[in-house]
Amino acid sequence: MTTPELDEREDQEEAGATRPPAPESPKARISWQKLTILPAVLVAVLLATWLWFRQADLDSISENALSGGQVSKALWQHIQLTVISTFFVLIIAIPLGILLTRRAFRKATPVAMAFANMGQATPALGLLALLVIWLGTGTRAALIGIIIYAILPVLSNTIAGLRANDPTLLEAARGIGMSPLGVLGRVELPLAVPLILAGVRTALVLNVGTATLATFGGGGGLGVLITTGITNQRMPVLMLGSILTVVLALLVDWLASLAELLLRPRGLEVDV
Amino acid sequence: MPESSDGHAATGATIELDNLTKVYPGSPAPAVDNVSMEIKAGEIVIFVGPSGCGKSTTLKMINRLIEPTGGRIRIGGEDVTDMDPVKLRRKIGYAIQSAGLFPHMTVAQNIALVPKMVGWPKPRIKARVEELLDLVGLDPGEFHGRYPRQLSGGQQQRVGVARALSADPPVLLMDEPFGAVDPITRDHLQDELIRLQHELHKTIVFVTHDFDEAIKIGDRIAVLRERSHIAQFDTPEAILTNPADDFVSGFVGAGAALKRLNLTRVRDVEITDYPTVTLDDPLQEIFNRLRGSGTNEILLLDKRHRPYKWLRRGDLMRARGSLARAGTLVSDTVTRDATLRDALEAVLTDNAGRVAVTGRRGEYEGVVDMETLINSVHELLEADRLDALEHQHELQELRSAQTHAEQEGAEGGTKA
Repeated sequence: MTTPELDEREDQEEAGATRPPAPESPKARISWQKLTILPAVLVAVLLATWLWFRQADLDSISENALSGGQVSKALWQHIQLTVISTFFVLIIAIPLGILLTRRAFRKATPVAMAFANMGQATPALGLLALLVIWLGTGTRAALIGIIIYAILPVLSNTIAGLRANDPTLLEAARGIGMSPLGVLGRVELPLAVPLILAGVRTALVLNVGTATLATFGGGGGLGVLITTGITNQRMPVLMLGSILTVVLALLVDWLASLAELLLRPRGLEVDV
Repeated sequence: MPESSDGHAATGATIELDNLTKVYPGSPAPAVDNVSMEIKAGEIVIFVGPSGCGKSTTLKMINRLIEPTGGRIRIGGEDVTDMDPVKLRRKIGYAIQSAGLFPHMTVAQNIALVPKMVGWPKPRIKARVEELLDLVGLDPGEFHGRYPRQLSGGQQQRVGVARALSADPPVLLMDEPFGAVDPITRDHLQDELIRLQHELHKTIVFVTHDFDEAIKIGDRIAVLRERSHIAQFDTPEAILTNPADDFVSGFVGAGAALKRLNLTRVRDVEITDYPTVTLDDPLQEIFNRLRGSGTNEILLLDKRHRPYKWLRRGDLMRARGSLARAGTLVSDTVTRDATLRDALEAVLTDNAGRVAVTGRRGEYEGVVDMETLINSVHELLEADRLDALEHQHELQELRSAQTHAEQEGAEGGTKA
């Protein structure tokens, strides 16, 4: 069907285009440096802390604060607070972002954004105090505070990601006969995934940080160690609380960055 | 609309636009005002006009990406104005500028979208994707798994056309599909589209602002002025020879007669017979022929009947009877499929003002010279002119009927 002349042109066209990529494995998307350096550093930090504690002589107050599995309990609570709050942030902020980019609700966007901004502009501690007055102490108040604080990055990134989609592409999607839901699910969201994930990553790290404040509302977490350390003037306790928080935050950030790389749709990568 | 069945590709369906109007809220003047036209099954109709004239809007109203404010659309005789737009669009192919491929899907996934949505079984979709890639001139094995980012502009556009054809729709809408590729690739894609259409016979509505593209591709061209008013709706030939008004002739641009030559092939004009001899003929026979024929010259053919040399009367004498030395070699020939413009080019560069026409395998079929060219062009232009006048008359009648109806409506008090 194609003339020889045509094939020749094809070849010329070809020369300009990139060669087909070798079959990629997930390994090709994530370099081994990315995979190893940060965990190695974190392990080293934890190891150093542990060694230091072995030779440090702790008085009874410090002993009390750290014994009886209290550290692992605080760590576990902290992780729970982070995971649960992030989960709620996602199921609130992403659907809300989708809704606010639909034609019918587009006008409500500034109002919703103003609320989300207020949530983040309010000092987290003040917000928590208010919630405790309203709901009483406990994990619930702490969780709600964390969630309100972290909605903004996910919401604004979801909206930005969906808005950044090329309108002619969306029109093409409608033009070939996709239903509005199909356009959203198969074109809009996949293309917005990188930005949405960046928002989620920000929220996760933010949540690890804010969860240290949960202790003021009786929510537990690593904040307990930090406050104990400060009020009793016991450096080791304070140090341990802070180091664990930092390590957790870095670890979560690293995991999220891996997720970002793995979940980014193929074909959107610049270097393919 | 005719449904496509497994074995047979669906050929085109008619499209009728009936007083189609689009008024955007907040603007007093309609963007598209009362467009009526009938597009025959299997023809390529081009909407051409300056930017902002509403040609794209009119096109998008056919698949109801833009909902018309008034008027009806019928496809294949069926009124689709109130049909579910999603279902409607799955039966209409849609190709746009710079292809509009989804960057996160492979070429195969892009093409498979519509067949998947209309529920084809998997093996059939797979076979269809391969078939389409082949059809648009891309090697299925190589391009199947690539992402759009890895393709050149021309290749993307081919995939875009393949996607538009994927569920074998009877109607294809193309919105400046070749607007974003370089001129050489564009030319090439146009040729491919013409070839595809020869095989497929779809009804294609094609929007462009490039008049040369319009004459090259179109069976008929609708020249649109602002608000999508039809200035002229006719064959390329008729528009070139007899533009309806200054607006159209401005759009046609200079050199209309020359452009017209592109649209007629050598096989459509009269080819004169010329006295010929072959290399196998004895010398005496050749002498006799030269003397006997009224012309000064005869054409010498080689053993496979291909034009070889032009022989003049004195040539053989001067070459002392040696055929190898006598005469001038035939430098240029045209085939029957060549355009008249190619033929004119060849005639102009030939020192005696004629060119041999050859068949498929290069065998001699006749000769075209300046005189026959001029005569046939005159005849062509005259015929075009008559056609165009007739069509223009029809358009005017339609328009006056429309105006009449509008006035009636106004008197009836339907409008304020």
